[in-house]
Amino acid sequence: MLWACVLLPHLALDGVLRRRPSTDAPLVLVSGSAQARTLFAVNTPARAAGLYRGQRLTAAQALLSQFEAVEYDPAATEHWHRLLAAWAYRYSSDVVLFPHAIVLEVSKSLGLFGPWPRFESQLREDLTALGFRHRIALAPGAQAAYVLAGIHDGLAVMTPDALQRALAPIALRYARLPDGAGTSLPAMGIRTLGQLLRLPRDGLQRRFGAPLLVYLDRLTGAGPELMEAYRPPDTFDLRMEWTHEIEHVEALMFPLRRLIGDLATYLAGRDGGVQRFVLELEHRSTAPTRVVVGLLAAEREAALLFECARGRLERQQLPQPVVAMRLLARELPPFVPAGRDLFDTRPTNAMPLDQLRERLRARLGEQSIHRLRSTIDPRPEYAQTTADNTRLPEVTETLPRPTWLLDRPIPLHGPSPIILAGPERLETGWWDGGDLRRDYYVVRTSQGQCAWVFCAPGEPGRWMLHGWFA
Amino acid sequence: MGNVVALASMLEGRQVWRGRAAPAPSGNQPTGWPVLDAALPSGGWPEASLTEILLPADGVGELQLLLPTLARCTRAGRAVVVVAPPYMPYAPGWEARGVVMSHVDIVSADPRDALWAAEQCLRSGSCAAVLAWPAQADDRALRRLQVAADTGKALAFVFRDRRHAAHASPAALRLELETQPSLQVRVRKCRGGNAPSRPVPLSASWS
Repeated sequence: MLWACVLLPHLALDGVLRRRPSTDAPLVLVSGSAQARTLFAVNTPARAAGLYRGQRLTAAQALLSQFEAVEYDPAATEHWHRLLAAWAYRYSSDVVLFPHAIVLEVSKSLGLFGPWPRFESQLREDLTALGFRHRIALAPGAQAAYVLAGIHDGLAVMTPDALQRALAPIALRYARLPDGAGTSLPAMGIRTLGQLLRLPRDGLQRRFGAPLLVYLDRLTGAGPELMEAYRPPDTFDLRMEWTHEIEHVEALMFPLRRLIGDLATYLAGRDGGVQRFVLELEHRSTAPTRVVVGLLAAEREAALLFECARGRLERQQLPQPVVAMRLLARELPPFVPAGRDLFDTRPTNAMPLDQLRERLRARLGEQSIHRLRSTIDPRPEYAQTTADNTRLPEVTETLPRPTWLLDRPIPLHGPSPIILAGPERLETGWWDGGDLRRDYYVVRTSQGQCAWVFCAPGEPGRWMLHGWFA
Repeated sequence: MGNVVALASMLEGRQVWRGRAAPAPSGNQPTGWPVLDAALPSGGWPEASLTEILLPADGVGELQLLLPTLARCTRAGRAVVVVAPPYMPYAPGWEARGVVMSHVDIVSADPRDALWAAEQCLRSGSCAAVLAWPAQADDRALRRLQVAADTGKALAFVFRDRRHAAHASPAALRLELETQPSLQVRVRKCRGGNAPSRPVPLSASWS
């Protein structure tokens, strides 16, 4: 077993920062009661100005006149934590949530994602793209990886022997010992984990109780590690709110890109796709605007999803400025990647046909693109359908049919045409009320067009134009 | 007149240019009409470019001209997109001429979006042919379609009224359909050769 620990030291702050365009403006997270407001986290420009975690808000305001203060939201932090667990689920089926960290079992994943250095750089690349600062360590045990990630970024320990050597010099206050032990042991002259591990176990048991021994066994790999594995949720629901009001649709594109990026991350982890999702634009006083994005097939590529959502959103009229946006995806069907031919003759930059159809639908409307199929109905109006699930007719011999059909027949004006063929009597449709009784003729008009016309039985002369033999 | 050189050896060495027309290249995009293929310099539709078809009226036989090509493309499994047609394509009639309707996508769009949709389809590279009926297409719009067809290596067909024949066009091939005395095609412009002076008769009938 090999466990990789992704430690997220700035989880709460990164969760806030990633939702806004990068700026050099100082920003702090504030927590605590109204009487004793303290800084929970500070970003780099704020730290450069002398602000630090745990400082009183009033003291910070004395140091720096202009900075943005955002309320620390434990629920949002928890949410980002779970989102990253969903991301990690892409790389391993054993994902465990630790405080401010995610631990994943990677020994089985190394065969797929390459040796550890390449795998590690892949993890770092993903996390950087998602906008989270991180520290990564690898160890034979989950708890050991968690401790090592706090000590040294990028440390990779593969064997138990090397783990013993790596743990020995660690100072006890960084060893995340169970409560009490970390502070009282240094007072006894025990300063490193190596010294602690050499102490007789029965003495430790008497003085500190069983939890410390169990913890040390977990750390060194001598005892079992019991952990609750992460299970990805079945629906995706992400909400993003901002302090100012957004009046124009164009300004929604940046948060939209982030939302869709998170959705794509989640889908890739689940090996699923999304066929239909809802964007809810929340306003201050009216009901939220719902924008439904439907796709022809399950997709999960961020760029494609973003383009489809943007097409829908751009046509949306905003009744009021938007204060929050929510992305909801309830149906997550399995994703089937499109097959591509090895000997594809199309240009290399070709866009797949499905993607093209999505793009057209996104701008022109859901019903704008369709295919036609013949049906078994002899009536011209019902002889073709746009539905996909109709029964295909057996090949039947009919008289020639035109290539253009008029939506509704119109009277044929002009000089009387020359009859080329006919009549063909259609007398049918009595079963569903669409009863018709017509004699169809093929005629040539004075302009040289071949027309498909009909008249009431026995009354040639009053022609109704129904199609062109174009 | 010092030395006499045999004419045959000069011809052999390719030192003499003979004013004979190059043999007509066999096109990769036959129109399906042997008479028309023979009259066109590329031996068929110009590849990856725009073809403009000028009509005296709707329904004179413009689809007859194209349906063999569309049938060839769709039978090979390639997609054909019909952008904003003036009438509804009638599937039984198209199928009777060999077109596989499951590979034909029909896009309904208002005139402003139709050009955009046609350009997207051409540029995508996944369509074999795109048919469009631009109502108010200017020179710029047609040039965009021509560039898009070249990018996506697709056949672009644009149907316009005959009165646009007097205006210049960036299309690689311009055909005018005439119905008198019978259905015939007059080549107005063709890239890569001189347009034939006589109209090409199409032995098309309504059936």
